[in-house]
Amino acid sequence: MSYIPNTDQDVREMLARIGRENADELFSHIPDRFRFKGELELPEPVSEMELISKMRQLSQMNSSLRDTSSFLGGGVYHHYIPSVVGHLIERAEFSTSYTPYQPEISQGTLQAIFEYQTLMCLLTGMDVSNASMYDGASSTAEAVLMALRSNRRSRIALSSTLHPEYRRVIETYARANDKEVFLIPYNADGSTDTGLLSERIDEQVSCVVIQSPNFFGIVEELRNAEKIAHSKGALLIVVFTEPIAYGLLKPPGIYGADIVCGEGQSMGIPPGFGGPLLGILACRQGLLRALPGRIVGKTHDMKGNGSYVLTLTAREQHIRREKSTSNICTNHGLCALAAAVFLTSYGKKGFRSLAAINHGRAEYAKSALSKLAGVKLRFSSPTFNEFVIETEKDPDKIASRLLDEKILFGIRLENYYPELENCTLISCTEMSSKQEIIRLCTLLKEI
Amino acid sequence: MMHEQNKKIKLPGINNLSFDEPLIFELGSEGRIAVRLPDEQPVLSLPQHMVREEIVGFPQVGQSELVRHFTRLSQWNYAVDTGFYPLGSCTMKYNPKVNEDVARLSGFSYSHPYQPERLVQGSLRLLHELEQWLCSITGMKRATLQPAAGAHGELTAMMMIKAYFEDMEEKRTKVIIPDTAHGTNPASVSMCGFSVVPVKSGRFGLLEVEEVAKLMSEDVAAVMITNPNTLGIFECNVGEIAQAVHEKGGFVYCDGANLNALLGKVRYGDTGVDLVHMNLHKTFSTPHGGGGPGAGPLAVKDTLVPYLPVPLIDRHGESYRFNYDLPKSIGKVKSFFGNFLICVRAYAYILALGAKGLSQVSTNAVVNANYIKSALREHYHLPFDTPSLHECVFTDKKQQELGVSTLDIAKRLIDYGFHPPTVYFPLVVTGALMIEPTETESRETLDQFIEAMVRIAQEARENTGVLHDAPHRSKVTRVDEVTAARKPVLRWEKTLHP
Amino acid sequence: MEFPEKLLYTKQHEWILNEGGTARVGITDYAQNQLGDIVFVQMPQAGTVLSKGESFGAVESVKAAADVYAPAGGEVVEINQVLEDHPEYINQSPYSDGWIIKVKLSDEGELKELMSAAAYSELVQKESEQR
Repeated sequence: MSYIPNTDQDVREMLARIGRENADELFSHIPDRFRFKGELELPEPVSEMELISKMRQLSQMNSSLRDTSSFLGGGVYHHYIPSVVGHLIERAEFSTSYTPYQPEISQGTLQAIFEYQTLMCLLTGMDVSNASMYDGASSTAEAVLMALRSNRRSRIALSSTLHPEYRRVIETYARANDKEVFLIPYNADGSTDTGLLSERIDEQVSCVVIQSPNFFGIVEELRNAEKIAHSKGALLIVVFTEPIAYGLLKPPGIYGADIVCGEGQSMGIPPGFGGPLLGILACRQGLLRALPGRIVGKTHDMKGNGSYVLTLTAREQHIRREKSTSNICTNHGLCALAAAVFLTSYGKKGFRSLAAINHGRAEYAKSALSKLAGVKLRFSSPTFNEFVIETEKDPDKIASRLLDEKILFGIRLENYYPELENCTLISCTEMSSKQEIIRLCTLLKEI
Repeated sequence: MMHEQNKKIKLPGINNLSFDEPLIFELGSEGRIAVRLPDEQPVLSLPQHMVREEIVGFPQVGQSELVRHFTRLSQWNYAVDTGFYPLGSCTMKYNPKVNEDVARLSGFSYSHPYQPERLVQGSLRLLHELEQWLCSITGMKRATLQPAAGAHGELTAMMMIKAYFEDMEEKRTKVIIPDTAHGTNPASVSMCGFSVVPVKSGRFGLLEVEEVAKLMSEDVAAVMITNPNTLGIFECNVGEIAQAVHEKGGFVYCDGANLNALLGKVRYGDTGVDLVHMNLHKTFSTPHGGGGPGAGPLAVKDTLVPYLPVPLIDRHGESYRFNYDLPKSIGKVKSFFGNFLICVRAYAYILALGAKGLSQVSTNAVVNANYIKSALREHYHLPFDTPSLHECVFTDKKQQELGVSTLDIAKRLIDYGFHPPTVYFPLVVTGALMIEPTETESRETLDQFIEAMVRIAQEARENTGVLHDAPHRSKVTRVDEVTAARKPVLRWEKTLHP
Repeated sequence: MEFPEKLLYTKQHEWILNEGGTARVGITDYAQNQLGDIVFVQMPQAGTVLSKGESFGAVESVKAAADVYAPAGGEVVEINQVLEDHPEYINQSPYSDGWIIKVKLSDEGELKELMSAAAYSELVQKESEQR
């Protein structure tokens, strides 16, 4: 395949115009010892139809959520993506456009992002949102960096119920900045032990990071964490991996969170084997200038027409360079657009219904599963659409057996929490039908 | 350089039917919904004080209103699929549609990152092979596909370098960065607690060994270069610079944003580079999406392999497995394995082109850029008259004498139907206009662009007024960025927009 | 371009006016002109103790941002709050309404190292030629 329109003849004529014999002359100034004289070790090129065939074969070596019944969650969820989302983001004017640095010819992207920013503020209860980050994990890491920059302290308190991948990323970013991370354990009921937080927090702690619903699916009581964090002048960062939860739960903004960040994949973005996802980052007004990433603002043009533009750019890398709020340049614009279309699809009434259905399916599964012999609910606290069960049998053996029936069992928690033996995180969404749940229960009974 | 054909060149111009369209929050009415869900009213098992009502302010539109709204917005956008983007160092090449189809195969798009390895062998094989191909292209040992963008790749590299020196119990606090560097370079460095040591580029916009050697010490962890640099010029002193840096135990990091000039021609590893990041959304044709998502894989030489983020993907006979066994790994820079669906597109691109195809990409990218450079040099000031590769940089020096700036030139190009080139970057040149056509532009498009630039140069002599107020034909004219920054309005609010 | 005689200047384009031990600090007419329309001023908190040459904030325009450095050391006793709503005062009157901070000088001797209006004017001349 080639995507080059010019023929050899075109190139010859162009070279003649430049006054060159052949194209090689244009590279001749490169020192010879750097010139690669071999052939790159790549497979033979293929035509478009061969390409599709090969890629299809490769994709068929995978199972997916389309050909299985899945109870996998843990930060990436199986939600229905309304048809309008794909069609609209596929539009070339959205997908093949560049970052909207020239506002006169990017009003489409700019207005859509302004709408996205608004939706994120409404969802989280915060004052301002940026135009997106890479994913929930890196977004949380950047939220931590924001806190470190704003109060110049050196310690970071992380709840141990924060998603393990998120914790790993924060630790990586923190270590690179010579800052200390410490974990706050969880209670028997699966929520963060705020009592211990209260004991261990001091005036060197820059921020307290807590996830709700947490990795166990449990809805945390944010009021305690807020009081404790603010009593020591630390920022409260609330994280989420399942934004649909906020269709039903009060948003973190109401509890006084300083920064709210997390994952937007549930809103119109396919699981994609973990990427691209959607990092959401929102904060209260006072932290606006510390917010990384692009932000779209409203303004007027010379004729007085309302228009949108990237603003507060002096925070960013292309102006502030080493003093910028972050190095982020390319973000996840098209994913943010998908989220905006998704939320618009369901809207005020639909989003609440969606959240309620998610919760309802999970409660149904919770109830049915906990009635089975050899299965019990590990934590008693309220959950949204994920919960932890403890089985007598080894979860790996269960998972293996279920796979024969094309069912994907939940995430084995012992991999991340060695004390949670035989515990599995089960996720249910509007895509988990009652029949599937019943089938899961039936099979578990047999095992 | 004028030829008779010029008189027949018809410029694309812009003249679209574009409707005014309010914010989605201002459309529709109470109770409307675009997509219906199953009719269920489950009992809630949540304490009442945790529950919220419907979100006031969320849109309420029917499906036809929704589609019309976003379709109309899309029509206000310029895009690669509508026209030419000569943006220097962005490599706005054509985004193959077959890659979009491939990324949407459900085996790829609907695989869950927590699925057991044996159920995602297709994905693992793709990631492993892509890694190998990228290493082959750059002459490096192993790569991580985890970084989500170029800047993210830079950050990963800096973290790895820092981890290495901590492991060696050496304290190094500085990184040398040329004045031609992209802003993400110093920003990434700062995010790791290093401080930036700037080095001035020399006479031809190139880095000189003596200048780097002067600044190189055992306190310097690395030098960051871009090759070719942001002027489109090949850093021919890279070998000696690498030597000077290696002698004092430092690393050479290369920002591979400009790889489109060198595919199959030069491998970074052969020039003394120790780490290099690539931009899949530049060189490897994945779409820009109005600001991402992209991907910024980072390839490294032997010494730094142990510090790569986890997991790597290794081959064991016929199967592929995650490898988390890197005790010296820096950890992770994002969740899971990277922007997988972007990697799928890049994989398909490389598979389609093969080695010869990629080499041809660079050949044509360089021919196209030199074609433009040759045609425009009599009309615009060329700050460095030295061979350049896939992009060229002009300045507004000639036009400034007539009271016309780079900004005016850029905005006027819009009226002729073109997206402006990169402007005011790199900073070493005042009023820079950085032009990178890429290989997927036809000669006719290049001729049209040249013609437009020539006409603008003429307008600068004859009619500066039309330039100062440009663009005239776009949906909106120049916007008030000052008020937008002084009094930021960053969201719709019911009270502000009744 | 104006460079009032009664002020002292730094190489980084700040001015300082000693008013009996407490000094007013701002940026020069040249600096505001280079930056363009100022959109935001980052100011320290009152009570901050600065040393000579230490950065105490930044002045931002749409396309650029410049750090501002203390011409002489001391304690910040007052900041020009009105700049929060009217950053444009720095463009309009950089030497009067556009003052940024007031510093209680710790060592008036540090002022001797600064430039006079004439010397600063020369510096600006040279810099403009280089552009």
